[in-house]
Amino acid sequence: MDSLPAASQPQPRVAAAEVRLEGLRKTFGDVVAVAGVDLEVREGEFFSLLGPSGCGKTTCLRMIAGFEEPTAGRIVLHGRDVSGLPAYERDVNTVFQDYALFPHMTVHDNVEYGLVVKGIGRAERRRRVGEALTMMRLDRLDRRKPGELSGGQRQRVALARALVNQPRVLLLDEPLGALDLKLRQAMQIELKSIQERLSMTFIYVTHDQEEALTMSDRMAVMNQGRVEQVGSPAEVYERPATSFVAGFVGASNVLSGDAALAITGHRQAITVRPEKIRLGSAEEGEHADEVSALGVVRDVVYVGAFTRYVVELDAGGELVVLQQNLTMSSMDVLQARGRRVRLFWNRQHSRVIATVGGDQKKEEIG
Amino acid sequence: MAETLTRTGERLAAPPPSAVRRLRHAIGRVLYRIPAARLALLLGPILLWMVVIYLGSLGLLFVTSFWRQDSVTGAIVQNWGLTNYQFLVQEGVYRTIAIRTVGIALAVTVTDIALAIPIAYYAARIASPRVRTLLLLSIVLPLWSSYLVRVYAWRTILSGDGVLNWSLHHVHLGSVNLGFSRWSLWIVFSYLWLPYVTLPVYAALERIPNSLIEASTDLGARWRTTFRRVILPIAFPGIVAGSIFAFSLTLGDYIAPDLVGDTEFIGNVIYQNVGIANNIPFAAAYAIVPALVMGVYLLIARQLKAFEAL
Ligand SMILES: Nc1ncnc2c1ncn2[C@@H]1O[C@H](COP(=O)(O)OP(=O)(O)OP(=O)(O)O)[C@@H](O)[C@H]1O
Ligand SMILES: [Mg+2]
Repeated sequence: MDSLPAASQPQPRVAAAEVRLEGLRKTFGDVVAVAGVDLEVREGEFFSLLGPSGCGKTTCLRMIAGFEEPTAGRIVLHGRDVSGLPAYERDVNTVFQDYALFPHMTVHDNVEYGLVVKGIGRAERRRRVGEALTMMRLDRLDRRKPGELSGGQRQRVALARALVNQPRVLLLDEPLGALDLKLRQAMQIELKSIQERLSMTFIYVTHDQEEALTMSDRMAVMNQGRVEQVGSPAEVYERPATSFVAGFVGASNVLSGDAALAITGHRQAITVRPEKIRLGSAEEGEHADEVSALGVVRDVVYVGAFTRYVVELDAGGELVVLQQNLTMSSMDVLQARGRRVRLFWNRQHSRVIATVGGDQKKEEIG
Repeated sequence: MAETLTRTGERLAAPPPSAVRRLRHAIGRVLYRIPAARLALLLGPILLWMVVIYLGSLGLLFVTSFWRQDSVTGAIVQNWGLTNYQFLVQEGVYRTIAIRTVGIALAVTVTDIALAIPIAYYAARIASPRVRTLLLLSIVLPLWSSYLVRVYAWRTILSGDGVLNWSLHHVHLGSVNLGFSRWSLWIVFSYLWLPYVTLPVYAALERIPNSLIEASTDLGARWRTTFRRVILPIAFPGIVAGSIFAFSLTLGDYIAPDLVGDTEFIGNVIYQNVGIANNIPFAAAYAIVPALVMGVYLLIARQLKAFEAL
């Protein structure tokens, strides 16, 4: 049942594999940027690469685009090995994090560029550029230079410039990283709807777990040049395969060793999501299908609709608990500090995870 | 409340600021409120220098060019007239010299651009930091020696029994009769001004982010297309800046033609008229020619949008 980290053999496929990475490695001198990645991205899928800074996401993407040559391994694009092909011969396009718009060209010329260099006729060029500009709501800005645009508008030009080529796969490297929160959320929705409308394959790099969870059809969580888990957002979130994934996606509620033994009766490490835990009084008894643990509230953070409690367990370790503020005000909530409480969660909500090497990694992302 | 009171009390107790300080504060406030005043103070001295010394003497030159020299006494007559210009147009030799000067200046400019682009491109985008430093150093190094030393060095290279022919002879390639001709002038000028062209081109190329080149490749362009459509247009202002150096420096030179050439430049004629014939009005009139040529050059550059910041 567990989705194992990568390397699963081709099972009956839902859709054809559009991009397949086989044993992909990349080293820069002594630095191992990508340490053997096997992945399959399906046709028409919104696929995210999620991971902390420096885990090798950009390097992966750059190898798919053709800017970086793999040290070892293969890249298969729509059934064809493209590992040795130069970037200009690959049927993929990239949306760069800094947009990389040509500063000396107008918006129109930027968008038209790919079609011009491929020698596409004037009439078709005009039609496709017009469509792309309309889709990205840039019609009235087409005579401007990139320097005269806002961040969000530049972002849309970068997208239009890539989409107009109708690539098999669109690669996006943290394309929303430079935008403020509001615009970011608006663009997330827009990106997702464009992807669905064109049913184009998107490979989307981000270090923002929320972004990956909300937008992706499937996602891969990377750590130190490796893929730790591949799955749908729900799978990755509800059933993290390793303690790294548990820690990186959502809050790091991992109990292991003695604490796990005292609470669940096994030494195996478990994880439980903060919002699945109920905060009760210390005297309350537990139900048959529940696990419970005693502890003291060490910290309370009021975040509007929610309150985040950090509870230090008697058995050792601590758990983060998220509770909706249904009846409580910020005043009530803040008084919980120092109080003895009992935490309850449904047995099926705690998951046994692999910790091999994982705890170490978790330290690093802190 | 009590606290604010004491604070106010303390301030009242402080000694009143001196007149000088009050004046300084007043000036500061004016400068703060009126940006133009700030600008005037900042640029005033240098503007004065530019307007009075540079434009002033240029104006004087222009005025002088309409005077004339009395052919008998050699004295300067301050009568307005177009005598000098008539003379310039009628005497074929001055036209020839002017055309030759501009022609060689253009040839030198084109040569230097052609040499500077690959050197600068290599230094800015390909070389490792160490090689880049070495390369830039070797480009700038010649500027540390005197202009005359460099021209004389070329004299010894190019002369009939110089280094060039000696080397050619020893590898059995015969000999070339370069020195001293227009060819040698072209070579020496190209060498002299190469650093002035390379540096601005380098600065322009270095500024181009790598991602632009990757974006172009990503969109399907091969290297040549990327160079022509992305790199060159973005570096164009830098190239024009460099070309202005090469062109104007050649246009105004009169030493190299003397030392390694067999022809006269506009500068030589002016020099002779100022120093030997003492016909300053004619020299002034002839000096207007390169100034005009340069003006046209800058106008064309502006027409090509070379001065527009990207
Ligand atoms: N050109 C390079 N030369 C040397 N090391 C590199 C180079 N590019 C990347 N690296 C190293 O490879 C590792 C992975 O880098 P990469 O850019 O792929 O990370 P990332 O996951 O995209 O991180 P971020 O989220 O910060 O963008 C890092 O340790 C980085 O320092
Ligand atoms: Mg990155």
